[in-house]
Amino acid sequence: MVTIPYFTALTTYFSYGLLFVFGHMRDFFRSFCKSDQSTPEGYAPLCRDFEDFYTRRLYHRIQDCFNRPIASAPDAWIEVSERYSNDNNETLFRTGKTHRCLNLGSYNYLGFASADEYCTPRVVESLKRFSPSTCSSRVDAGTTVLHQELEELIARFVGKPAAMVYGMGFATNSTTLPALIGKGGLIISDSLNHSSIVAGARASGSRITVFQHNTPSHLEEVLREAIADGQPRTHRPWKKIIVVVEGIYSMEGELCKLPEIVAVCNKYKAYLYLDEAHSIGAIGKTGRGICELLGVDTSDIDIMMGTFTKSFGSCGGYIAGSKDLIKYLKAVSPGHLYATAMSPPAVQQVISALKVILGEDGSNRGAQKLARIRENSNFFRAELQKMGCEVLGDHDSPVMPIMLYNPAKIPAFSRECLKRHVAVVGVAFPATPLLLARARMCLSASHTKEDLLKALEVISEVSDMVQIKYFPKDPEKQLKEEQWQQNERKKLS
Amino acid sequence: MSSGLRIGIMDLMNRLILALDAPFAGAVVFGVHFDGHLVVEALLVAVIVFLLFQKSYQPQKRPLTRKEIDQLCDEWVPEPLHPAITKEMEDEPPVLESDAGPRIIVSGKEVINLASANYLGLIGHGKITEACNAALKKYGVGSCGPRGFYGTIDVHLDCEARISKFLGTADSILYSYGLATTSSVIPAFCKRGDIIIADEGVQWGIQNGLFLSRSTVKLFKHNDMKALEKILEEIALEDKRVKKVLNRRFIVVEAIYQNSGQMVPLDEIIRLKEKYNFRVLVDESHSFGVLGKTGRGLTEHYGIPIQKVDIITAGMGYALATTGGFCTGSAKVVDHQRLSGAGYCFSASSPPYLASAAITAMDVLEESPELLVRLQENVTLLWKGLSQARGLKVTSNALSPLFFLQLENTSGSFKNDSMLLQEIVDRMLEDAAVLLTVSKRSLLDNCKLPAGIQLSVSAAHTKSDLLQVIQSLKSVVEAVLDRK
Repeated sequence: MVTIPYFTALTTYFSYGLLFVFGHMRDFFRSFCKSDQSTPEGYAPLCRDFEDFYTRRLYHRIQDCFNRPIASAPDAWIEVSERYSNDNNETLFRTGKTHRCLNLGSYNYLGFASADEYCTPRVVESLKRFSPSTCSSRVDAGTTVLHQELEELIARFVGKPAAMVYGMGFATNSTTLPALIGKGGLIISDSLNHSSIVAGARASGSRITVFQHNTPSHLEEVLREAIADGQPRTHRPWKKIIVVVEGIYSMEGELCKLPEIVAVCNKYKAYLYLDEAHSIGAIGKTGRGICELLGVDTSDIDIMMGTFTKSFGSCGGYIAGSKDLIKYLKAVSPGHLYATAMSPPAVQQVISALKVILGEDGSNRGAQKLARIRENSNFFRAELQKMGCEVLGDHDSPVMPIMLYNPAKIPAFSRECLKRHVAVVGVAFPATPLLLARARMCLSASHTKEDLLKALEVISEVSDMVQIKYFPKDPEKQLKEEQWQQNERKKLS
Repeated sequence: MSSGLRIGIMDLMNRLILALDAPFAGAVVFGVHFDGHLVVEALLVAVIVFLLFQKSYQPQKRPLTRKEIDQLCDEWVPEPLHPAITKEMEDEPPVLESDAGPRIIVSGKEVINLASANYLGLIGHGKITEACNAALKKYGVGSCGPRGFYGTIDVHLDCEARISKFLGTADSILYSYGLATTSSVIPAFCKRGDIIIADEGVQWGIQNGLFLSRSTVKLFKHNDMKALEKILEEIALEDKRVKKVLNRRFIVVEAIYQNSGQMVPLDEIIRLKEKYNFRVLVDESHSFGVLGKTGRGLTEHYGIPIQKVDIITAGMGYALATTGGFCTGSAKVVDHQRLSGAGYCFSASSPPYLASAAITAMDVLEESPELLVRLQENVTLLWKGLSQARGLKVTSNALSPLFFLQLENTSGSFKNDSMLLQEIVDRMLEDAAVLLTVSKRSLLDNCKLPAGIQLSVSAAHTKSDLLQVIQSLKSVVEAVLDRK
């Protein structure tokens, strides 16, 4: 967990306080100057003042740091469109000019985002054969041979008897969870789980409790208490309990403590739902995700979920589990019954990417990509830490957030990096807690060593400028470390 | 008996007083005449004081011990993760070996396809394939990120602008999935305390949105404006009775209902909404690109300015023959969703080639208005042909490209009806080489409308194909129903 330094906490609170006071002053004057014409007489306003206060008074000021349009594939280098505003950032327009920037924002872990020698020709072929859409749900006329092939392939890849695919990652979570559990059930969710899990859990109508982020001991405590107390008010025993965790937490870069969590779930007979949106394809020796990296048997995980948006450079998501589970979900899940099937060329992209990862394309590019993402991630993380930045996340994880804390540092960091042709992502409320704003780097296998060195140089310069090196290295300690490293090298040689 | 008891007690008291009186008889202390009464009263006061200061009875709380919790955990037996697999769950859908155009290949056999909502026949359109091909080469397949974090590709913005230009609205917002559109839009605007009145037959995406919004939801009888007005009237009366802070109020309907093929009378909806100060959300999934002279949807069909409808949503996996969804309306409606629409904010954006396909599809629609003429001709042809069919009745609107055929003699149970209908559909595929579908209903779906056979007509269907469908459907239905 992040512990925010006292002084920084103080300045951060002060900054938000100031923004809040000014925002309310402006709201106060606005109520005199401009009557809200968009709300007709007799209607309640479409958004209440407090609902869009954050958007109007905080977000609009730094809007240019988000939603930056790009005019290229989200590869290692992207063309970021230049934008201008005539009304103090409230609306932004593209100028038509673009800047070539190093991309540290996209989830292009394995570098399948751009045209690929193996994938692209096959995708184009499938486009010609199947067209972009089936205009039908999977149960009607939306299942093509490609969908079938992918379902078999992904099941084999993750090590489960069966799998099903959806056309959208978000909908995979939000339509599967309600099919699995309902009234009388309990969902125990990690406190930092993704919004799609929250949406699915809420739509299910079951009870929801959270446990402290990535803390198996607290999960055990919550489970014991829940089972002992039973359902609230009626005190009947729970029908079932599903524990939901993620493989890599996208805003923290942390790996799930899966072996411990599996042990707890097995002990208390709770079902485990693992969301591998960011971890599948990105980590593990052969890209099979968190289970492979941490040595967990996939048969210990009841429901494995993942997306194709990240490592595979496509769209959609999958659920893998026992044969009967998939049969049941295919008969019940609204995402399967009602939604338009996943676009066939996107299906083909995943199939091709998987074949490259598995080495079934007849080359070792997949293994190279996997080695590359690991090297890149670990090198970059170590360098950032050496620099003195506060970097979150675990070894091997390709996601690394750098803590910024103060709200003014988000736009400063983001804009200064962009000026120097490095595109980074600033993350603030609502994706993180208000105080814990951060910049997030996502590494890719398509980054070269030179790319990373350039990025580090820029980040170091900008970090000095916006003062986010919260752990400046002690010069003496650094000297000692260097000496130690030299000794190690000598020993090796 | 109780009076006997009272007399007994009185007698006892008198004796006690007399007995206590005896020692103090006539005693006067500090001018107070001292007798037995005082002693008894003092005793009573003492008892009351004692009782008052007594701790109230509280059974000692004994939390469960570790051992007890262990035992409870051991004893707890969860239900299986999913119920037992029934026979219907084993059913496998047809697997396509070609695109989902008007004629498809299923298990090596060419089949007429009426199961894809390819209303304008744009599947396999050369121009769209070309646009997708160019986009695939330039942008790759996926966008590798949500819109906020470099997942906004310029074609997404172009597509949003194209939709607004096509419909004449201020702004639009793209979602990467049709089903997630309504589920995100509704909770973005309605919260606890707001009121939503929705049709009872709305599709699951809307039902989910209604549930997630936590608003007060009232359902009216399917496509029944009188029932809607009655509910509105009730709410107006309630307002008069209790003055409250104004809350947000929405009427949520579908232009053409996915669950019945019926069309909502928009003129009536607009009249009611204006009379009772409600906003209206219309899902145009099955009418966008279909209804109206130029395919601009329900508002064009009714000749109502599009600004009168506050929020319009639509899936793009129908007439536009791509994937995704959009919401369009005033600038404020769209802007608010960019941070509050869960499916927009927290999901990867749609693959850029699908946005390109949508843009090109609208171009094609504007360039070739004959598509709409052909579609309406096909709809009319099928409608005329099927309304004479014995055993089934067409319950969808005469202009709807989504047909619904229900059993004339319904059993009243969705399951039994759909089993019988499934038999017809299976026979149609086997004997007549025509792919139709029976409406599906998830266990999570609250819609109670009866089951029916669905047919989606396309502008690309040839007349002879449709005539063949009518002919074979009639004979198959007769054969199946006669056997029963």
